[in-house]
Amino acid sequence: MSTNLANLLYLIPIVAFILALRFLSNPAHARRGNQIGAAGMLVAVVVTWIQVGSTSWWAIVIGMAIGGGFGAVAARRVKMTAMPQMVALFNGVGGGAAALIALAELHRILPEPGRPKIDIALAIALSGLIGTISFSGSMVAFAKLQELIQGRPITYPGQKLGNLSLLAVCVALSITLVSGVQDEWLLWVVIGGATLFGVLFVLPIGGADMPVVISLLNAFTGLAVAIGGFELENNVLIVAGMLVGASGTLLTLMMGRAMNRSIANVLFGAFGQVSAGAAAAAESDGGTVRSATAEDVAVMLAYAHKVVFVPGYGLAVAQAQHDVRQLADLLEEKGVEVSYAIHPVAGRMPGHMNVLLAEANVPYPQLKEMDEANPEFGRTDVALVVGANDVVNPDARNNQGSPIYGMPILNVDDAQSVVVLKRSMNPGFAGIENPLFYNPKTVMLFGDAKESMVKLIEDVKDL
Amino acid sequence: MLAIFLGFEVISKVPTLLHTPLMSGTNAIHGIVLVGAMIVLAQPDKDAFAWVVGFLGVVLGSANVVGGFVVTDRMLEMFKKREPPKAPDAGSDDGTSAG
Repeated sequence: MSTNLANLLYLIPIVAFILALRFLSNPAHARRGNQIGAAGMLVAVVVTWIQVGSTSWWAIVIGMAIGGGFGAVAARRVKMTAMPQMVALFNGVGGGAAALIALAELHRILPEPGRPKIDIALAIALSGLIGTISFSGSMVAFAKLQELIQGRPITYPGQKLGNLSLLAVCVALSITLVSGVQDEWLLWVVIGGATLFGVLFVLPIGGADMPVVISLLNAFTGLAVAIGGFELENNVLIVAGMLVGASGTLLTLMMGRAMNRSIANVLFGAFGQVSAGAAAAAESDGGTVRSATAEDVAVMLAYAHKVVFVPGYGLAVAQAQHDVRQLADLLEEKGVEVSYAIHPVAGRMPGHMNVLLAEANVPYPQLKEMDEANPEFGRTDVALVVGANDVVNPDARNNQGSPIYGMPILNVDDAQSVVVLKRSMNPGFAGIENPLFYNPKTVMLFGDAKESMVKLIEDVKDL
Repeated sequence: MLAIFLGFEVISKVPTLLHTPLMSGTNAIHGIVLVGAMIVLAQPDKDAFAWVVGFLGVVLGSANVVGGFVVTDRMLEMFKKREPPKAPDAGSDDGTSAG
């Protein structure tokens, strides 16, 4: 196939990707959008297959079978709760592939007379650097969300300066690479440094901010892929990569806005680092925590007029969405008005709670977005917080010293009483104290959200 | 340049609800890196190093593509279950508060 024909045919996947993004932005067509994207990808692969001819075709097939097989199995098997880390993982391997292309290209063109032109050298250095950061950063994000390493920020003195110098070294080496000292080992050093930087860059970021970080790294990978397209002079790579780079950047900004935090704050604020002062303040309030039995809570719920469920990550971990639904149905039979207050960033991905509750077939009109839910708490008898923490932390309103100060929250403390279902008194994923638990209105029901729910269902039935 | 503009333009208004699937969808799209890896692996006269690197690239790239699209599809499947005929209304509701 001629290059011209290939480029013409490459227009098909490009248009498909644009349409895919367009459709994915609208709930009604989102799924079709994804299918269009997949179809476009298939076309791109087939066109490339025909264009590159039969050299090493069997190696390509084996590679695809291994990678695709792994991807399909992993993506099928994973639980809905583990989706965010899956996205991080797949993003990381994409970044890794982009870095590998840079390595291969440098290796291929170095022995040629005249050595690489400056623009190609620049592209190789950049895609190696960015792709690698995306790879190692995503792996750390994956490890954090999978709880292979602790989700809380890991900080140490001189961290920012250290990271910055490391990045500076990588960039300086890349410049050396571009400006003429074109040795392969130099790119290896850049890649090594970038790996380390990716790790160190994500380590200090708390788990609650991971979606934003993954989205940013996603944009990085897109950029690395686009630059890889320059090396290989391949249009579909350039355009698709740029598309992801741009939309990923915008998406990152939007996510940041949903959490009312600037991206700089997310990346460098070491969110969730318990500032000694704030923690001490919470303890010195002398608040005591009241814990209740399931029977007590069942009585409170059954005799309330209005109950609002506030789901959070604990619900997802315990897979308690069906039990929540069952309890809500029981309460409705008893004439209690039930609704769900969904914070935009409850769980670990925006929209996480909507997905889970939709799975349990919760009637759509009962799901209230934050702006809709907040005024309602004033006339709510019981706010039942199921495994949510930071999104109901009044410190975000009141305590200027708190790392989440300014984040919009669900004002559950406006309700007559608050019941918090929680595994233990450990601070939430972001690692900050929550004065809500010390509020005299609040009772705690400790235990796994699912088990607590089952108990509550039984006790409400018995009443 | 046009791609950058389109990238911004196309997703300028997305309900919060769809942020995650969209992230996952764009994630799948940069799996196009697979095409690049195929080109690398298909180059004639390569040595062992290029073999290994290209092969790994194809493995990682195809994992990105397949995994990315499947994960996105599973996420969106969840939305669909809700009320099949009324899905469009549900969407526009969320859009208003996406802010």
